[in-house]
Amino acid sequence: MSGKTTTSSGGVEAETYNFAYLDEQTKRMIRRCILKAVALPGYQVEFGGREMPLPYGWGTGGIQVTAAVIGADDTLKVIDQGSDDTTNAVNIRRFFARTTGVATTEATDAATIIQTRHRIPEATLRDSQILVYQVPQPEPLTFLEPRKEETRKIHAYAEYGVMHLKLYEDVARFGRIASTYAYPVMVNERYLMSPSPIPKFDNPKMDAMPALQLFGAGREKRIYAVPPWTTVRSLDFDDHPFDIETWEEACALCGAGESYLDEVILDDQGGKMFVCSDSDFCQRRREAGHTGAMSDDPRAAVIGGDAAPESAAS
Amino acid sequence: MSRLIGGAAAPESATPVDPDLLLRVTALDKRYGDFFACRDISFDLYPGEILGIVGESGSGKTTLLNCLSGRLEPSSGRIEYATRTHGLTDIFELSEPERRLLMRTDWGVVHQNPRDGLRLDITAGGNIGERLMMVGARHYGEIRHAAEDWMGRVELDLARIDDAPKTFSGGMQQRLQIARNLVSAPRLVFMDEPTGGLDVSVQARLLDLLRGLVRDMGVAAVIVTHDLAVARLLADRLMVMRRGTVVEAGLTDQVLDDPHHPYTQLLVSSVLQV
Repeated sequence: MSGKTTTSSGGVEAETYNFAYLDEQTKRMIRRCILKAVALPGYQVEFGGREMPLPYGWGTGGIQVTAAVIGADDTLKVIDQGSDDTTNAVNIRRFFARTTGVATTEATDAATIIQTRHRIPEATLRDSQILVYQVPQPEPLTFLEPRKEETRKIHAYAEYGVMHLKLYEDVARFGRIASTYAYPVMVNERYLMSPSPIPKFDNPKMDAMPALQLFGAGREKRIYAVPPWTTVRSLDFDDHPFDIETWEEACALCGAGESYLDEVILDDQGGKMFVCSDSDFCQRRREAGHTGAMSDDPRAAVIGGDAAPESAAS
Repeated sequence: MSRLIGGAAAPESATPVDPDLLLRVTALDKRYGDFFACRDISFDLYPGEILGIVGESGSGKTTLLNCLSGRLEPSSGRIEYATRTHGLTDIFELSEPERRLLMRTDWGVVHQNPRDGLRLDITAGGNIGERLMMVGARHYGEIRHAAEDWMGRVELDLARIDDAPKTFSGGMQQRLQIARNLVSAPRLVFMDEPTGGLDVSVQARLLDLLRGLVRDMGVAAVIVTHDLAVARLLADRLMVMRRGTVVEAGLTDQVLDDPHHPYTQLLVSSVLQV
């Protein structure tokens, strides 16, 4: 139970951290919160968040949730902005490889647990998978109602009309609902939920997803969940219905026309390319023989290769 | 339209319940330790009637208003409101969500300081539309139309509909606050010094506007003020408060023209004659 124990799981050296870093009591506490969160889809459960060996905002909530649900026979995938090889993803993957010894993968379909920041993989998830989100701000109402006491009442009594005020402001100022990330959703027609800063492009994927979705907010110390096959509805107006981002371009590497694209600046002369934000999805398409407009461009090789893409959100 | 049940607000617990009654307050006390902020206050209010509460600073006017509007629980006594579904019900026996629903549909509260009653970072249109969205309006065009309509009714420039109220003058903010409350067609509005802090010409226009709106919509109102001119202009009935108790109550003209209680006489005679 103490911080350091000897584990016998494959490949881990003697005298090391407890399996998945957290002590067993903490993992048990987090599992209880997860069970409650699953029982109340979209409801934010408070939990005793621990100090983790990385700063708030880098995925402390997601790591604690993953640590609580991971087992020795799991296969872990970690993505940040859809990519497997950004600093955050690489470090969290290495963290769990070192503290659990579980297998890690970049292949979406090979993973049993996928920890993510900012994206849902393009590939359809299965009911045997768990998607763990890193959440900076779990409270969708926070910018309309800063008082926690009041937001708890709003959730309890489902007085969610006020959320449309934000959408009204968008339409009044920009002529359309301009929010593109952390787009508020109604879960199971009961709790209003912020889907963490995923692009609204990914909101429809949350609806009736076969995989279990868990959300961990480390700084705010909240866990919430969307169980498999739960309805997730994005808020909108009758005359301004919800829609997702579209691009005029296709992925410059794999030619995909319906994936979420990142705009990548190539030089100082205005050169740029659009490329899938989901690096595994893009890789798989290229392996299957798909090509895009810049497949043969030497500058694009860096982006499509092993080097980490310097992606910028469009 | 307004039914004036004249005379003082004597305790009348034995009288049968009038089907038209909108609000009945019975023996209301609000204590802080040994100190009575409000003591033994009883009155009835009928639909479309405007009740003014006057008195000096610290006499318990605002405390009473906060109790009446459900934001402060009285120490004892009953506040019964004729809800649309259940008839006369003690508002503190309603569940909290029921009371909150009442407060944003059937009731309105106009705060003395518009900063308390407005969302200063949300556009004027959003401020007006909020209540509609709170009760389920989900059509942007209709919300927008109602906001435009109400901008006009409170004489705000339609060009300012997408500006945040923090850029508005005090008088404009106050008018916006009134629009924001009246958009849900409430049956009862509580106003705490609606003209406080405004210059005299703006006050006069606001009062004129308020009187027109309240009369047109047939909405009942409880208006707290220390300004007897405001009371004279708006109120059908008047309650004079001093040290937490009602010292005199009756028709406005009757109280102001023929004050009986020494304190009321003092209050009326202290008004500057211009």
